[in-house]
Amino acid sequence: MRKVYLDYAATTPTRTEVMAAMQPYFRQVFGNPSSIHAFGQEAKGAIESSRDKVAALLGASPEEIVFTSGGTESDNFALEGVAFANEKKGNHIITSAIEHHAITECCAFLKKRGLEITYLPVDKYGLVDPQEVKKAITDKTILISIMHANNEMGTIEPLAEISKITKEKGIYFHTDAVQTVGHLSVNVKELGVDLLSLSAHKFYGPKGVGALYIRKGTRLVSFLHGGGQERGRRASTENVPGIVGLGIACELAQAEMGKNHAQLQPLRDKLIKGILEKIPESQLNGHPTLRLPNNVNVSIKYVEGESMLLNLDIVGVAASTGSACTSGSLEASHVLLAIGLSHELAHGSLRFTLGKETTEEDIDYVLEQLPPIVEKLRAMSPLYKGKK
Amino acid sequence: MTAQPYSEKVMDHFMHPRNVGDMENPDGIGKVGNPVCGDIMEMYIKVKDGVIVDAKFKTFGCGAAIATSSMATELVKGKTIEEALKLTNKAVAEALGGLPAIKMHCSVLAEDAFKAAVNDYLLKTTGKGLPGFKPHEEPLEEHEH
Repeated sequence: MRKVYLDYAATTPTRTEVMAAMQPYFRQVFGNPSSIHAFGQEAKGAIESSRDKVAALLGASPEEIVFTSGGTESDNFALEGVAFANEKKGNHIITSAIEHHAITECCAFLKKRGLEITYLPVDKYGLVDPQEVKKAITDKTILISIMHANNEMGTIEPLAEISKITKEKGIYFHTDAVQTVGHLSVNVKELGVDLLSLSAHKFYGPKGVGALYIRKGTRLVSFLHGGGQERGRRASTENVPGIVGLGIACELAQAEMGKNHAQLQPLRDKLIKGILEKIPESQLNGHPTLRLPNNVNVSIKYVEGESMLLNLDIVGVAASTGSACTSGSLEASHVLLAIGLSHELAHGSLRFTLGKETTEEDIDYVLEQLPPIVEKLRAMSPLYKGKK
Repeated sequence: MTAQPYSEKVMDHFMHPRNVGDMENPDGIGKVGNPVCGDIMEMYIKVKDGVIVDAKFKTFGCGAAIATSSMATELVKGKTIEEALKLTNKAVAEALGGLPAIKMHCSVLAEDAFKAAVNDYLLKTTGKGLPGFKPHEEPLEEHEH
């Protein structure tokens, strides 16, 4: 049976070049980077070389990069780090209604500790209005955190416009760029951010490693307390193979930037067009053009997402949904509800995210398999009555 | 190694649901669930001399919701109303080889859908509903995050 993986936004396979580069750092170069001897110093050299590569990809200085365990840690580090370091200055954070749980749950935690959180609404495409950001700012605002691109529907936010406001007001600006780093050109100076989170496994690097960009001069408290690693900002013996893998993934992404975009966007558009044409009463979620080149998110009326996913899985297609049934809670995606979808349409959403190994045949296969699945499930749906 | 979140039985009933579809002139109809939680079930029954001679369903929902509806209709068919009312959600889940904990509410929905259909039948035929029938309410808004 054909196997079609269209869940690259969940995670990507580690590239063989990345694995090969990591390999020596398990046994040959296993030293602790904090050790003074040659074993340690060689490992330390590898970490610093990776730091240069991450910095180069982002247009940052190497000393502005702190390695973390991934996107969630980077997000938590940024939010808690700024909140705790600026307690005397203020207690207000502005974010959006469509952030990843690594932001929303961290905000909920900070709220319990006395911080005030403003969740900005988004329009029907999922865009944050920079003017709304401006209006929400108070003299207690210490941080604004808006994601670069949404992980569910791929909408790309107007960060450069928002950063004009944050700079003018002197408020720290963080972005969760987990979905864009390695995929789009991400330059911290052009975006105007003070803090930026990224994760290696979203762009063909290994799981369990990421980084936080911290613009020079940004005040935030350390995330882990212990040894003096990462210039005292994040204690813990470094994940040397992971950090090496992240560096190579960044280097490859930078060298191939634009190539993936050119490959994926036509496939994305073909899949969107095909679904909307072949399945009546289906709709695209998110922005038609201000959208990640690999993201397709559709809602299919009268059917529920998990039941579509299970059927797709049986024919070898891996996708995801914003339906409650797969999330472990009973709520549909907060992102899809925030753009104004009904609960029924949010539960009936499907996300296909394309990647390096996606081919046109894969897209044709999905377009051949999905319509009969929808038809079969609609025939079982009590909501589909009278529409036969 | 299984790569499915559900048991083989659940997948069987999900992929090949028994008794799915509309029923002409049902004697009782039960409608439960709501779109907020993502599951809506309708069950239809035909009753002859106190025996459930036919049961059908239509469900909008996840794999577990469809499988529990299918199994519930199988379990009540051919039974007297009295016998069939002894059917619990746990029995439906067990007959399916178990459900993940997060999906147990689907089996509750299946039990409720059947009881709602019996309630409807009794209301139509005797003017009195099923004594003590009250569908389990799923919380509409108050989910703790």
